[in-house]
Amino acid sequence: MTLLQFDFDLLLPVLYQGALVTFALILISAPFGFLNGILIAVGRVYGNRFISTLCHGYVLFFKGCPLLLLLFIIYFGLPSIGITFTAFTSAVIGFILCNGAYNSEYLRGGIQSIPAGQMTAALSLGMSRSQAVRSIILPQALRRSLPGLSNEFIYLIKYSSLAYMITVVEITGAAKAFATKHFAFFEVFILIGLFYLGLVTIAGYVISRVEKRIAIPGFGGT
Amino acid sequence: MTILSQAVIDSLPYLLPGIFTTLGLVLTALGIGLIMGVPMALIHVYGSWPLQYIIKTYVWIFRGLPILVLLFLFYFGIFPLLGLHISAFWIAAIVLGFRTAAYQSEIFRGAILSIQDGQMLAARSLGMSRSQAIIHVILPQALRNALPGWTNEYPILLTDSSVCYAIGVAELLTRGNQIVARIHEPMTIFVLIAAIFIILNYSGQWVFARIERRYRIPGYGEGDTR
Amino acid sequence: MMTDEIILRVQEIHKRYGENEVLKGVSFDVRRGETKVFIGPSGTGKSTLLRCINQLTVPDSGSIWLNGEEVTHAGPAINLYRQKIGMVFQNFNLFDHLTALGNVEIALLRVKKMSRQEARKKALMELEQVGLSDKVNSYPAELSGGQAQRLSIARALAMDPEVILFDEPTSSLDPELTREVLEVMRRLARNGMTMLIVTHEMGFALSVANEILFMEHGLIAEKGPPSEIPTSPDFTRTRRFLGSFQD
Repeated sequence: MTLLQFDFDLLLPVLYQGALVTFALILISAPFGFLNGILIAVGRVYGNRFISTLCHGYVLFFKGCPLLLLLFIIYFGLPSIGITFTAFTSAVIGFILCNGAYNSEYLRGGIQSIPAGQMTAALSLGMSRSQAVRSIILPQALRRSLPGLSNEFIYLIKYSSLAYMITVVEITGAAKAFATKHFAFFEVFILIGLFYLGLVTIAGYVISRVEKRIAIPGFGGT
Repeated sequence: MTILSQAVIDSLPYLLPGIFTTLGLVLTALGIGLIMGVPMALIHVYGSWPLQYIIKTYVWIFRGLPILVLLFLFYFGIFPLLGLHISAFWIAAIVLGFRTAAYQSEIFRGAILSIQDGQMLAARSLGMSRSQAIIHVILPQALRNALPGWTNEYPILLTDSSVCYAIGVAELLTRGNQIVARIHEPMTIFVLIAAIFIILNYSGQWVFARIERRYRIPGYGEGDTR
Repeated sequence: MMTDEIILRVQEIHKRYGENEVLKGVSFDVRRGETKVFIGPSGTGKSTLLRCINQLTVPDSGSIWLNGEEVTHAGPAINLYRQKIGMVFQNFNLFDHLTALGNVEIALLRVKKMSRQEARKKALMELEQVGLSDKVNSYPAELSGGQAQRLSIARALAMDPEVILFDEPTSSLDPELTREVLEVMRRLARNGMTMLIVTHEMGFALSVANEILFMEHGLIAEKGPPSEIPTSPDFTRTRRFLGSFQD
């Protein structure tokens, strides 16, 4: 078998379909994973004893449990107790739960790095605690957590490939199916590799542009 | 449906070899990563420009690609192409090792850079050569500073080891799946396996934290060194 | 410019931190337009006292009354009282992610629920009052210490409070920058703002206060108008304390 001797015309449409699914997975999971992270982090820092412990437990579980196992639990396990999701939905749920846990850790660090005086000043102006968290603490915490959060987004891009293991035909899955059928593993996976490398690099570039744009003078996570 | 049926309990011993395989993967990969990561970091900081470029590309590739794609690429593509027929376990260990080496080299590189300037000046001013300075002054400190970031690789490798299921390595998740295929109680088995992973994860981190505390340089990283 | 109307009543405030009883029963009344200055050795609970007044610190016992309404034990209504009690902090506590204009506007928008135009107009007016019209779009990190503290005064003023609490407002500032802040405070007092000030600036305190309260060991040890300090027996300890400032 010689290299590059297979049919691009056959391959590319297949990969294109797969790429669409990959993008769908990422673009749906990312915002909800982000919101999930905020909820858990705020619950952990500002919640009462019960909520705080609950959120802490959430983080411990979803960081300690491998993502693939989580996907298996949702897609293969839940049906046995009567809860069934499609493969795509299962993958998205798994990503949101897992991504949210990691995001919440970065956000929590960001929140805790805000000097106490900010909350004090907000309260002294008559803001309620929730107003203060929303208007004063979170905007600053988000900026400080940005490097960590964008890191997790890159991980989401890469780990979207695991959806294939629960039968979602995203780009890795499409590639493997094609490669198996046409016995062209090396070439196909080089292409997939380039796809992911390109995606990750572009995402990284866009993120650093965004970070520069929303940077505030003198405000650098110190 | 009872939570722990007899069938489940009977199949538990079957998981044990899976646990050993998982830990084997993780520790082997950590070792490979360490052996490769330190020299790579040194080259990245002190090497000539073309060598630095090679390391940078390596890191870019092995950090940018999903672990699943790397496993497929090596297991179905590269190794057969090279005509090497080694077991899935070793391929997985090598792939995981190469990948953590990329991350580890960045960790070590950061640690070296953080002390590089001042320490190198001091060492050279005492008459040491560059390599003497690196061996006796830079590395001992950099390696200790890198410990917290380095020990962080353990939980990452542990969770990634489960992906090796995709190429048939008989680690914990694979074994669990085989049990589920036989006795059809997926929820119980999977949650049990999750519990095992969580225990392995946090107890391993505890062990590493103790090691880290033992070797930490007191007072380091708290403000400027005078 | 003090009236006879009592707007703030502080009664028997006690506060302890662990073993340390910081406030051992502090009481006083504040009239509208009055400027009271608290002086005394560090650690005598002066800052804690101010924070008890707006309940940022909750006293162990005692009560605070604003315009006849009890502030202590107010529950969620405390936010309403805090709008009427302004506070200026030693380390400014400016909102780093907002411009000067944003810092003054935010409480107007979120707490007082003003419209954007109203809030902007009011904010710009307050910034002009403290002399920061040319810095409205600067961020706190870009301001000098004196500018930052004037900004926090503007932020507190914008809420139209009944009384402003100043917690060592110039202690973090270099001497040259202190003057501009004291000028703003002096003008506020002249214009009839009710002010409670904790400070080490003795000259300023003596020149602007209607009443000086000397605190020692968690209690108000001596008090009276500044004019009586040099001679009155009520001020023996105060004189000794002030004497330690002359060198």
